[in-house]
Formats: sequence, C-alpha cells, structure tokens
Amino acid sequence: MRTQASDFEMMPTKIILRGRKVVGGCAEGEAIVTQDTISGWGGINEKDGTVIERRHELRGRSFKDKVLVFPGAKGSSGWSAYFHMARLNGVAPRAMIFNKMTTKVALGAVVTRAPAMTDLEQDPLLVIETGDWVKVDADNGVVEILKRRREGAG
Amino acid sequence: MRELARKGFDAVYSELNLDSPEIVEVPRVVANTCQSITGIDNERWRIQGISDDLADQQKQAEAYFGRRGITMLATCTPYQVGNVPVKGEHCAWMESSAVVYCNSVLGARTNTEGKESTGAAALTGRIPYWGYHITENRGGTHLVEVEIEVDDIMDWGLLGYYLGEIVDDGIPVLTGRCHQPNLIKLKHFGAAAASSGGVEMYHIPEVTPEARSIEEAFCGNRIRHTLQYGATERQIAYENLNCATDRNVDFIMLGCPHNSIDQVWLIASLLEGRKISQNAQLWVHMPRALREVADRNGHTGIITDAGGVVMSDTSPAISRHMPRGTKVVATDSAKQAHYLPAITGVSTWFGSVKDCVEAALTGRWSGGLQ
Repeated sequence: MRTQASDFEMMPTKIILRGRKVVGGCAEGEAIVTQDTISGWGGINEKDGTVIERRHELRGRSFKDKVLVFPGAKGSSGWSAYFHMARLNGVAPRAMIFNKMTTKVALGAVVTRAPAMTDLEQDPLLVIETGDWVKVDADNGVVEILKRRREGAG
Repeated sequence: MRELARKGFDAVYSELNLDSPEIVEVPRVVANTCQSITGIDNERWRIQGISDDLADQQKQAEAYFGRRGITMLATCTPYQVGNVPVKGEHCAWMESSAVVYCNSVLGARTNTEGKESTGAAALTGRIPYWGYHITENRGGTHLVEVEIEVDDIMDWGLLGYYLGEIVDDGIPVLTGRCHQPNLIKLKHFGAAAASSGGVEMYHIPEVTPEARSIEEAFCGNRIRHTLQYGATERQIAYENLNCATDRNVDFIMLGCPHNSIDQVWLIASLLEGRKISQNAQLWVHMPRALREVADRNGHTGIITDAGGVVMSDTSPAISRHMPRGTKVVATDSAKQAHYLPAITGVSTWFGSVKDCVEAALTGRWSGGLQ
C-alpha cells in the first residue's frame, strides 16, 4: 500500500526546521533515516537504490523516491558517480538532508539533482524518523516534517 | 551505459565526467591529469572474465583520452609511478586512498573529489577553494595513543580500519608505538581509514610533513578528543574485517591499493619453487608501469610459474570480476575485505601477505591474529 500524506498526523505535530540550501528545488516524500554515514561506491546498489554495506543500519533498504536523512558521506570518491548513476537509473532519493558538509556529499547532492539541505537548526537525525512525511523546500531553506501516526498514539 | 557508449567517448565523458547531458567535445586537458584505476586489465581481460568488446572499448577510450593529454597510469596509486605532487600543491584527486596519501604524506592539498569534479578540473585547471585546500582545516581533530606495537602492514591496516570507524571524517594524530612507517604501510593505513570511515588526512608527528610536533599537527588548537588503540581495539578491527567462516578459500587477492615492487618481490619470494592449490586462484595487482619492472626482475615469472596471475589497471572491487564461482576470498587489503562482501556477496578473510600466500598454496585459511 502506498504511503500518502493523509496517513500522517496533520495536527498538531508539524515541525518546521530552517537550514541551508545545498541544491535548490522543493520535493516531499517519506523519510528514510540512518545514524550511519553512507558510502556511495561500494555502499549502495545504483540499480535499485539499496544500501549494501555490511554492518550498515539500512542494509538491504532502498532510498528510491524517499527523503534520505543521514549524517554524511564516507568512503570512496565514487560517491558522486554512484548517486549520479542512481539518478540515471531512476532510483535516486527525492531529496537529501545531511549534517556534515564535505566535498563527497556536496558533489553527490549536485549530481543527484534532488533538493538537498544541511545545517538544520536542530539535528535532523533526532527530529526525523523513518516513515515521517518530509517536505524539503531548499529554495526557501525550510524543512517541514509531519510525524507519522505511531501505533498506540492518541 | 551501453547506450551512452554508442554515442561516443565525448558523450560518455560529458555525462559521467561533467554531469552534462549536452555533449561537449572534449578538448585537451589543461591540468596535469592521469587516469585512475579502471575495471579492465588491458592485457588479461579474458582471465577477468570480461568480453573482448568491452576490453576493446577501453583501449579505444585510452587512445582517445590519451591524445587529449590524460596520462594512462591506470592505478589507484599514481604516487607510486611518477605523479607525486609537491607539498602545498593544490590538486583535485579522486580515489580515497590516494587522497589521504596526498594530503597526509605528501602535504599536497586535495579534497576527495569525484568523477564529475575531476572531469571538469582537468579541462579548466580549477577546483573550489575550500576544505583541505585551506591551512586552518588541516589541523588534527583526534589524538590517538597507540599503545601496542604497530609495525607490519597488516597492523597498519587494522589501525586504519579501527580509526576510520571511530573518527569518521576527522583528522587523527598518531602518537605512541607506531614504528617508522614507509610508503607501503601508509598506503594500507590510509586506504583502510578511508573505507571504514571518511578519513582524508592524518598526521604522524615527526613523520608527516605538516606535523613537526603534536602542537603543529593540531594547528595550535586544543585537543578535544583523545582515544586509545590497544589489543582490544585491534581485535575489534580484525573481527569486523573477517566475515568468512568457511576456511576453504577460492580466491586470493593481493594488492589493494596497488602493490609496490617490493611487495611483489615478497610475494614472489614466498611462492618461489612452489605451486598454488588447484582449488584456489591468486591474482596479484600492481600498476602497469611497475609491472614492466616486475617482469624484468623476474618476479612475474616466479608468480606465474607458481600458478598465479599478475594483473594491472584494475582490482576485483572496481571491476566486480573475480574467478568464476568465487565464494570465499583471502586478502591482505583491509579495503577489499571491507568492500568485496558488499559489492559481490563473497565473504572475506583478512590477514598478512604470508597468511594469504599460505592460503593460495593450501586452499585453506589458517591465518589469525598473532
């Protein structure tokens, strides 16, 4: 079943965080969040967008059409090449939010051509959870988060 | 990708090296530019299991870009074969293991660039001035107290693999019981730290060029993080790298980053007069230019007489090609031990060159932490 914006609590928990634009544009989607840094080459499958690194929190899960929320990039200089190919293969994330700016992740975000933001006023890894609906309005430097209804939540 | 290749080399370069769907006619490069490691050994592609068509395409591409001034070193270790920047030179390098070597050991300045930014830098001679190009960003972030002897290549690999995971993209400053390293050891250390983490620079006071002292290594900043590396940490790194359980080894891979001539000499010495197991295959990787030397020295002959293959231009993690049916790999490279399981689904044993050659001779893994 597809996740839709209506599956999310419209009130009262819309969280708005300001941050810095890396790549412009505006996109929204379901968040996939990891506390682990991500490798591009040797870390993702560019054909289906899954994380393949052994011992990675997201191993076997795909960021295709999701808003990818992660600490930053690590590993090979093939980071951008693999996110670039993920885009050409139609499996790129819809948007990216990350904490630590480096050349690897900056170039990767540019060639992914998806809205990307960093330096949010609160740590996105603490505020956003997998499954939340997140709108990344990079042009205006705003991230909107709709918390997903959790089981047992009133 | 095949569709792109049909449109010609300019189309490939434009899309993959410039992120431009508009086809740019590639001019001569203006910066000193070399080809990094590739997926295909130009002479032994059939052993890799690569089609003649693809190999032919690579040869044509090399000729095409060679005429535009790109030097076909085809190695992850350009600093071993004549591309050795001087301290302070601004570079735009790819290949994480070469980047960390360039910054730390040579004292030249580069961020970990990617295919698209190096592609543009080659044509323009320009790269953004930020990150590791700026002196203030090159100071240490973590003081590492090495409490056990770190001397051989395997231990430098373990130290790097442990630290990368802890410091992420920080700049470790090593103190304590690391013996005077050489090119080979630092090549392995940096490659490991840039695989488990994102280390692009480190300092070893009194060894690396921007750290005459601990104070200089930290650029005068206060030391915020201190960590210890002892027997427990070494054990953790070893266990994280060894994901194999089956001691029957199909494939032994030596030389990531690409071997130096003395590493190949060591391998040849261990193999001389012996034959590798019928159940195992051994590939030894080195830069094309050094292979010429290994041939003349007779090292290549010894290795091939024993049943091994000496390869250039590539490595299994890059090419995604190994001997058919490979399930268990033994390697002296922390980097390959880290990446091969993710990329190809094999399981890996990591150990010393000696352990790996022993595995090639017997088809069995008997290595371990000494």
